[in-house]
Amino acid sequence: MENVEKEPLWTAKTKKLLTNPLGMENPITVQVLGICSALAVTVKMKPAIVMAISVTVVVALSNLIIALMRKSIPGRIRIIVQLVVIATLVIIVDQFLKAFAFDVSKQLSVFVGLIITNCIIMGRLEAFAMANKPWPSFLDGIGNGAGYGLILIIVSFFREFLGSGSIMGYPVMEKLGVYKFGYEDNGMMILPPMALITLGLIIWVQRARNKSLIENK
Amino acid sequence: MNFLLKRMKKIEPLFEKGGRFEKLHSVYDGFATFLFVPDKVTYRGSHIRDHMDMKRTMTVVIIALIPALLFGSYNIGLQHTRAFGINDWTLMNMFWFGFLKLLPLIIVSYVVGLGIEFIAAQIRGHEINEGYLVTGMLIPLIMPIDVPLWMLAVSVAFSVIIGKEIFGGTGMNILNPALTARAFLFFSYPGWMTGDAVWIEGLTKGGGLDGFSGATPLALAKLDGFSQMPSAMEMFIGTIPGSVGETSTVAILIGAFILLVTGVGSWRIMLSMTLGALGMGLLLNATGGNEYTQIPAYYHLIMGGFAFGAVFMATDPVTAAQTNTGKYIYGALTGIMVVIIRVFNPAYPEGTMLAILLMNVFAPLIDHFVVNANINRRLKRVKTA
Repeated sequence: MENVEKEPLWTAKTKKLLTNPLGMENPITVQVLGICSALAVTVKMKPAIVMAISVTVVVALSNLIIALMRKSIPGRIRIIVQLVVIATLVIIVDQFLKAFAFDVSKQLSVFVGLIITNCIIMGRLEAFAMANKPWPSFLDGIGNGAGYGLILIIVSFFREFLGSGSIMGYPVMEKLGVYKFGYEDNGMMILPPMALITLGLIIWVQRARNKSLIENK
Repeated sequence: MNFLLKRMKKIEPLFEKGGRFEKLHSVYDGFATFLFVPDKVTYRGSHIRDHMDMKRTMTVVIIALIPALLFGSYNIGLQHTRAFGINDWTLMNMFWFGFLKLLPLIIVSYVVGLGIEFIAAQIRGHEINEGYLVTGMLIPLIMPIDVPLWMLAVSVAFSVIIGKEIFGGTGMNILNPALTARAFLFFSYPGWMTGDAVWIEGLTKGGGLDGFSGATPLALAKLDGFSQMPSAMEMFIGTIPGSVGETSTVAILIGAFILLVTGVGSWRIMLSMTLGALGMGLLLNATGGNEYTQIPAYYHLIMGGFAFGAVFMATDPVTAAQTNTGKYIYGALTGIMVVIIRVFNPAYPEGTMLAILLMNVFAPLIDHFVVNANINRRLKRVKTA
């Protein structure tokens, strides 16, 4: 080991790895990655939360593993190696869900398998894990997974609340009794276009509050 | 009028920069220019200013909508008497009944839409645009009469904010705002936009005559082809169930005449859209397939919202193609799409709304190719000369 000087586990820099992806460097609203699954699994909150956790686990662990191996991976086949790592982790997550949360796993259907192709994971491996030590890479994975999950949960909250009249499966609108006054659930919230529009509104709010995110014309 | 003008001039400084109501300048400006022709003149360069500014254009469209509005009111009453077996209403009874039922829709549409426009104009420091005056009148005319008012309000808000303000307000929108509102309602609350009860006032609450069906001709055509449909004459005059302003082809033709004489509506789009639908209808007549394809081609022009869409929606100067050649292509493709969606899509009986929205998206692309073709042609001329 040439580089023996030890860094402390918690510094301002490592903390930033966790918090930045939640806001200023959010993988969905700022980098616009992982949109496909954000549209597909956000009809209800429960699958969205499970999806968020799954992606966080996969991105954190694959970041960790790739960071550990980064010096021994030949540059020309690194994408294949990364994919093998991701695919292995995704299959483990998939089997885990099938064993312990079968209903949710059925609702998520192919989208668990499609975590393999989620741009956020490949993006983080290429951009961060290949050039950083394991501990920061792991934190970066957690941070980006959480940033992804945060947006997923916000979108799914609005879609489930307005589209199905419930929150986490609890029929809020029915308990409030608004159906008696002629209220109806908005069928368009369940369709993918409204997920895109909701996402757009979140980006709008974020940029309106954070002028530095707006590109120069 | 002179008195009013003096009053307006007197309070003007209050709304100028530094005045007490500086923030409300666009509100003042909106009212002042609504009441009087603006006295702005250009100082530099040579400009020709037409007297047809946006307000006059919009006013003409509103006038052109009046026949459809009046007939729509009468038809609401007429359909109501048919559904509930009322025999002793005079024409005026029916008209007033319908007009009073339609009025809340118009009020909600204007209050919500203009409210959002005013707020948006204050926030951005824009002028208040007149664009919504027409949209606000179009929206009630393309709604089923029994639509709940809060749903109307939600869809108007959606169309003004997401369909228009996000893109930069009047003149910048990609999609026709009135149709955006209708499409939102259509996909959000399908129970209130399809079926055979919403088109007739009061029928959703039940109590109609036994065996009476308020199905539109389009729904009937979908159901079992030609046999159950009302006669062509009835559909032409408009005494059929349907959205408020779309049923009467006659009333819409009067509006079309007004638009064409004043030059506000594009005859290219109206003509090519009609020919497109007719051509597609004739093609289907020739090829056959199912019963629906055997409906006479001209039926497509008089049933559903085709006429209304062709005259008032597809010709929207903002969302249609801008070049003359582009307008022919845009119109023809819209007409063809209307018939294709009507006949072949099992889920949607009406295709006009979706066809126009689809072609709105393609209009800039069509213009792009028309402009480029023109540039290439002229380049070639230069090179050969």
